[in-house]
Amino acid sequence: MLATAHTFTLDGIAARPVRVEVDVHRGLPGFQIVGLPDAAVREARERVRAALSNCGFEFPLRRIVVNLAPASLRKAGPGMDLAIASALLSAAGQLEWEALSRVAMVGELALDGSIRAVNGALAIAEAARQGGAEAILVPGDNGPEAALAEGIDVIPVDSLTHLPALVAGEWEPRRPEALSLRPGSVAGGPDLADLRGQPHLRHALEVAAAGGHSLLMIGPPGAGKSLAAGRLPSILPPLASAEALEVARIASACGRLGDSLSGGRPFRAPHHTISPGGLVGGGTPPRPGEATLAHRGVLFLDELCEFRRDALEALRAPLETGEVSISRASSTRTLPCRFMLVAAANPCPCGRGEADPDCSCAPIAVQRYQGRLSGALADRIDILAAVRQPSAAEIGGAPGEASADVRERVCAARERQERRLGPGRCNAEMTPAEARECALSSDAAGLLAELYARQRLSGRAHDRALRLAQTIADLDGVETIGQEQMAQALQLRRRDRG
Amino acid sequence: MGREFTRACADCLRRSRLLALLGPYVERIATGEPGSRSPELLRLSNEDLVEVAAPKVARQLLGRVRELSERQLREELVAARCWACCRHDDLYPEGLRDAADAPWALVGCGDPDLLAGLEPFGAVTVVGSRRATSYGREVARELGRELAAAGMVVVSGLAFGIDACAHRGAVDAGRTIAVLGCGPDTAYPAAHRSLWRRICEEDLVISEFPPGAAPWRWTFPARNRIMAALSGMTVVVEAAARSGSLITADLAADLGRDLGAVPGPVTSRASAGPNNLLAGGACVVRDAQDVLDAMLGAGARKLDRCGPPLDPHLAAVLAAVEGGADTCDAVATAVDLSGPEAAAALARLELLRYVTCSTMGVYSRTLLSSPATSAI
Repeated sequence: MLATAHTFTLDGIAARPVRVEVDVHRGLPGFQIVGLPDAAVREARERVRAALSNCGFEFPLRRIVVNLAPASLRKAGPGMDLAIASALLSAAGQLEWEALSRVAMVGELALDGSIRAVNGALAIAEAARQGGAEAILVPGDNGPEAALAEGIDVIPVDSLTHLPALVAGEWEPRRPEALSLRPGSVAGGPDLADLRGQPHLRHALEVAAAGGHSLLMIGPPGAGKSLAAGRLPSILPPLASAEALEVARIASACGRLGDSLSGGRPFRAPHHTISPGGLVGGGTPPRPGEATLAHRGVLFLDELCEFRRDALEALRAPLETGEVSISRASSTRTLPCRFMLVAAANPCPCGRGEADPDCSCAPIAVQRYQGRLSGALADRIDILAAVRQPSAAEIGGAPGEASADVRERVCAARERQERRLGPGRCNAEMTPAEARECALSSDAAGLLAELYARQRLSGRAHDRALRLAQTIADLDGVETIGQEQMAQALQLRRRDRG
Repeated sequence: MGREFTRACADCLRRSRLLALLGPYVERIATGEPGSRSPELLRLSNEDLVEVAAPKVARQLLGRVRELSERQLREELVAARCWACCRHDDLYPEGLRDAADAPWALVGCGDPDLLAGLEPFGAVTVVGSRRATSYGREVARELGRELAAAGMVVVSGLAFGIDACAHRGAVDAGRTIAVLGCGPDTAYPAAHRSLWRRICEEDLVISEFPPGAAPWRWTFPARNRIMAALSGMTVVVEAAARSGSLITADLAADLGRDLGAVPGPVTSRASAGPNNLLAGGACVVRDAQDVLDAMLGAGARKLDRCGPPLDPHLAAVLAAVEGGADTCDAVATAVDLSGPEAAAALARLELLRYVTCSTMGVYSRTLLSSPATSAI
């Protein structure tokens, strides 16, 4: 007898449909899986065999061939167990399931027949809807995230023993409550109020958040760089629902949806020993990297100078285009990665800074270190903030302004930008042509022209100053960039090597 | 550059070739102890020097140098786009003739006219530690800039830190000479290649070594004696208590040249050298005006260094930077401004040249004096 079931395999963050064909016929008893299975899929044999017999089904002592189509696609992961078991039961005549070919299913089997959660349930449910399936069976634990996909019946199943009742129509599980992507209470999370004193750093963070500008903080250890970076997501505008779904899809594919249940923006801080593949995605089959996990959120690179050069280089193109292309012999995958880059570095290898008499770094070492700063990613960085340890009076002083208040101003500035540039865009993404169309007062233009002539600025630096000034004007709520905004922008901008 | 301008005699050119060949041998015997310092060794004649440094291969080395024909030596210079002068021709700078251990020949890369008219009282040597603080670098750059603008030739050694800053300041405003411890066609340290190239094109790089000669430890004290002798005054900007720049200062004092030092915080190790020199009677150098007064007599040449007038709030911010606030945060806290206000004020001060900002975002005060402070 032959039976067919539908399931999915995860490829990057996308779900690819897989037809599971099971043939049971006479012959020497055996169980074969063909169709480019990886090790985890091949091991499904043992899991399916044990799960069936432990749930009161009979494992057919006949020749069983499972074909996973299309045969050219590599199948990975244990998510196909449920489909193989269902098709096998149907082919062996133990389950009369005429709707089998119209539903999709995904889930990993435990030896006792219970169904374990899989990665990417959201993407899979959406792919099932697009593929025309009426319903999708998902592991009970994946129910809430799969229910985010609208237009398809989501059936949570916790064990193989529930199948006969489900098929007979005797048991109708309720559609699970969809996961909430509304940001919960921000209170309790890291709040900008923790940053005491340091008015300039706060301003730099606010401007960075308002215009989506990348930020580099330079200062000795313990000056509050990581603290500040960690609080950046709390002042970014809340995600729009489509954006939140994108973020959830990525988190779901990486099995991290639990981490970002708050629905807030992701914050990723990879360690500086990370490989290029780990940062932008890679491996076979390709897996998303930290850049993709930080999509619509903040990617924080602490100790920027210690990162591998090739890793930082790999980040260049994705920063520009907002997506990563991973090419393998078989195909090319494109993963989204529109994140805000925030980096921190020490002023010299020992961290104290050259002005400090205790700094023991050789000049050549300092030069090499700072050279790495100005190489690598520097031309992608808009704002530079020199950070110093706050004084005792500042630390003991009143808490700073709370995130909620800052976020309000940031949201207002973003609204102005969207009105000018179009939905979803911010000042950091302005093209050079758009940047030069910013409304400038004559005083501000004079200031910029003077600096341009004096310091032999590059065209890129000129446009960067314009973008920053525009963001500050948006924050201040003025239509034309005035002298004050331009002066602030000139101070905030990253300095080229002079 | 590039034109044939070699008036040096063949003997002096051979001497400079010999020094290059002796590089590794002298490296072993030049210990820095009295009696075996490189300037002392370089006083010796060819035969004596070879005998002291490389007794085993003495005849071989001398033979190799004697075999070099004058044409060969000249072609070598032209190929490296260099020229040379020696103590027997009139291009040789006056200042060097005073020194007993003066180099026989000088190989140059760049504008020979700069050397032709060079009198000790037309040049100032600015030296200091390679490991300089931002204060030292700023002072060196301003000194270089203002001295060059006042018509002085700024002599230094192209090293990291103070040297490079002095050159950078001077090359923007006037003339400068870089004295190297290797062939003048070699950018050393390599990190300063672009600065070296700019000085070659606009000003002058000189050395007593032939093109292609490698630097050795002993060649730096040797180059210091040329720096000390070329100018009428040597200014030490920053140096630790035991620093190579103090060798230059000693050599200058031995030649009877003026010696100046830039005072620094008594707690700063980087300023220990100049502070000690000051205690020993060196001229106090606060700015280029002090140097000009010491060299040419008080009031002989006046510098105009007064910046434009400042609003009260900018003056307050400037006072904060003078008081040691070196980041925007520190300024905002010191003057009690909001972050944006402090940022805008610093940007304006930077445009007015009252402060400068490093690539690390750290501010320092320039030597430009504000009208308010100069009135007091």
